Amino acid sequence: MDEPAEPSPSVRARGVPPLAAAAAALFLVGSLLVALTTGPLAIGVGAIAESALAHVPMLHVRSRLDGLEAAIVWQVRAPRVVLGALVGGMLAVSGSAYQGVFRNPLADPYLLGVAAGAGLGATLAIAYASAADRGGELLPLAAFAGAVCAVAAAYVLGRSVGGAHTTGALVLAGVTVAAFMTAVQTFVQQQRSDSLREVYSWLLGGLDGASWHQVLVMSPYVAVGSAVILLHRRVLDVLSLGDEEAASLGIDVRRTRLMIVAAATAGTSAAVAVSGLIGFVGIIVPHTIRLLVSSSYRAIVPLSLLGGAGFLVLADVLARTVLAPDEVPIGVVTAFFGAPFFAVVLRTTRRIGM
Amino acid sequence: MSAVEARDLSVRLGETEALRGVSLSVERGEWLGLIGPNGAGKTSLLRALAGLVPFSGSVRLDGHRVGRATRRTIARTCALVPQIAQVPAHLTVAEYVLLGRTPHIGYLSTERREDRLAAERAIARLELRPFAERLLGSLSGGELQRVVLARALAQQASILLLDEPTSALDLGRQQQALELVDLLRRDERLAVIAAMHDLSLAGQYADRLVLLDRGRLVGEGSAQEVLSAERIAAYYDASVEVVELGGAVFVLPRRAGPERGHPR
Repeated sequence: MDEPAEPSPSVRARGVPPLAAAAAALFLVGSLLVALTTGPLAIGVGAIAESALAHVPMLHVRSRLDGLEAAIVWQVRAPRVVLGALVGGMLAVSGSAYQGVFRNPLADPYLLGVAAGAGLGATLAIAYASAADRGGELLPLAAFAGAVCAVAAAYVLGRSVGGAHTTGALVLAGVTVAAFMTAVQTFVQQQRSDSLREVYSWLLGGLDGASWHQVLVMSPYVAVGSAVILLHRRVLDVLSLGDEEAASLGIDVRRTRLMIVAAATAGTSAAVAVSGLIGFVGIIVPHTIRLLVSSSYRAIVPLSLLGGAGFLVLADVLARTVLAPDEVPIGVVTAFFGAPFFAVVLRTTRRIGM
Repeated sequence: MSAVEARDLSVRLGETEALRGVSLSVERGEWLGLIGPNGAGKTSLLRALAGLVPFSGSVRLDGHRVGRATRRTIARTCALVPQIAQVPAHLTVAEYVLLGRTPHIGYLSTERREDRLAAERAIARLELRPFAERLLGSLSGGELQRVVLARALAQQASILLLDEPTSALDLGRQQQALELVDLLRRDERLAVIAAMHDLSLAGQYADRLVLLDRGRLVGEGSAQEVLSAERIAAYYDASVEVVELGGAVFVLPRRAGPERGHPR
């Protein structure tokens, strides 16, 4: 047989189709612009662009915005939009990673107890710390710590009983830890019924009060967490063959799973710490990409990052405009609009391959 | 140095001893057939050889000690085709075969030119070129079996472990698949260890048979030596007739008379 110098174009991994990449990028940019321009004060894209360019030396662009308008755009809307993008992208990427690692289409970033742990941490902070103490970093820190502890406990418990069936045992351990932590959280909440309202509103999640400081604090977690998962995109495809076949191809399945779970947990815990519990993003975004583009994690992981960011930014626009000046909890928006959309996608596509 | 060298291999699965003190060796280019009734330990033996279950004893694959060498090294030496391969329906044939290159690709990197060339060779070898961009979910059982073999071939390992490679195929596809394995074995000088259900086929394709029963090695040799009616009656609890035709041994299931059969 003649040795071909170059491999045939048909023998390749599809990766991210260029069209899908362009569409996802466009979706994200569009969402960001819509979010920056939408609000009680109408400010156009052009004015925002001028205001941004005015900061660039040598260009001599003058901003049309007055001080108040500039402050609304750059100190109120922009940090909120960026934070929403980071949280949405992280939740979607973590969701895709969990679905791959556990080979379970229903896996979401909260599978191993992140939500319950963060809920417990936040409730303890709200119930037992004085308002002054938790004005600063205490509440997000407690939520983050609770989330990480929950997953660590689930992992240790799952490993100790797992044996050969590690994924199943891990999921059950996650359910166990979550149930326990939720019980403690409910108990604390009942003991301190004066904190009920605050706990409830935290649990519902939201991006109000977002600041550049929050963006700064959470970006390293999102950067590292999503980078680790992105680097594993091919390995996630190998894991879809099952633990044993992946091992026979030279993958250390346990170490790989630990690494991916740790990365997803760090990122998700940081997201939850700044935004509360926002459901549904981690399931709906990866599945929509699975159905519309490809079920290879090489496509799902990067596109989830872009799609999740755009999706949550748009959801937040709805959350703050539908009942303005009141806010609808963003988790309500993601589920209320996400679920019917997902149903349509499910109906109009044939493939539901995991 | 033998390609496969197993000494005193034992495997425990929970409370049961799936394999008890089995020793065997296989040379390059040799085909060893593993036979034995259900639960005899054929799959456990294959999984232990590939380092996928904890075992006691020692296994050397091309000189690499299983359990000491890295997973990656073992995966470059030995490819396992499981009884029921997980085939993600959404991958293309080319993508699936490329996954076989995993032990040659850096852990966090993606495949290079030579990986694509190796996958392409494997695809061409198994006459799968027209299928390269088809999704696995759209293939028939016989085509899938070839795709799984192509993945194993792309691994470029010198040892091929097959766990009942033809159990899901019809008569013609069984023969074609086994002929293909035989061809690959000759061309690439592979050491093949195949667990097989069909004793007549096992006898015709394997150079040597190993009979397992309840985790022990209870017979080893040529088809003529191992496949006797008494042996099969004893270990398989089956009523058979063994016929030799043109140098090949055929094991034919034969219904025992109603007075000898199990009452219904």
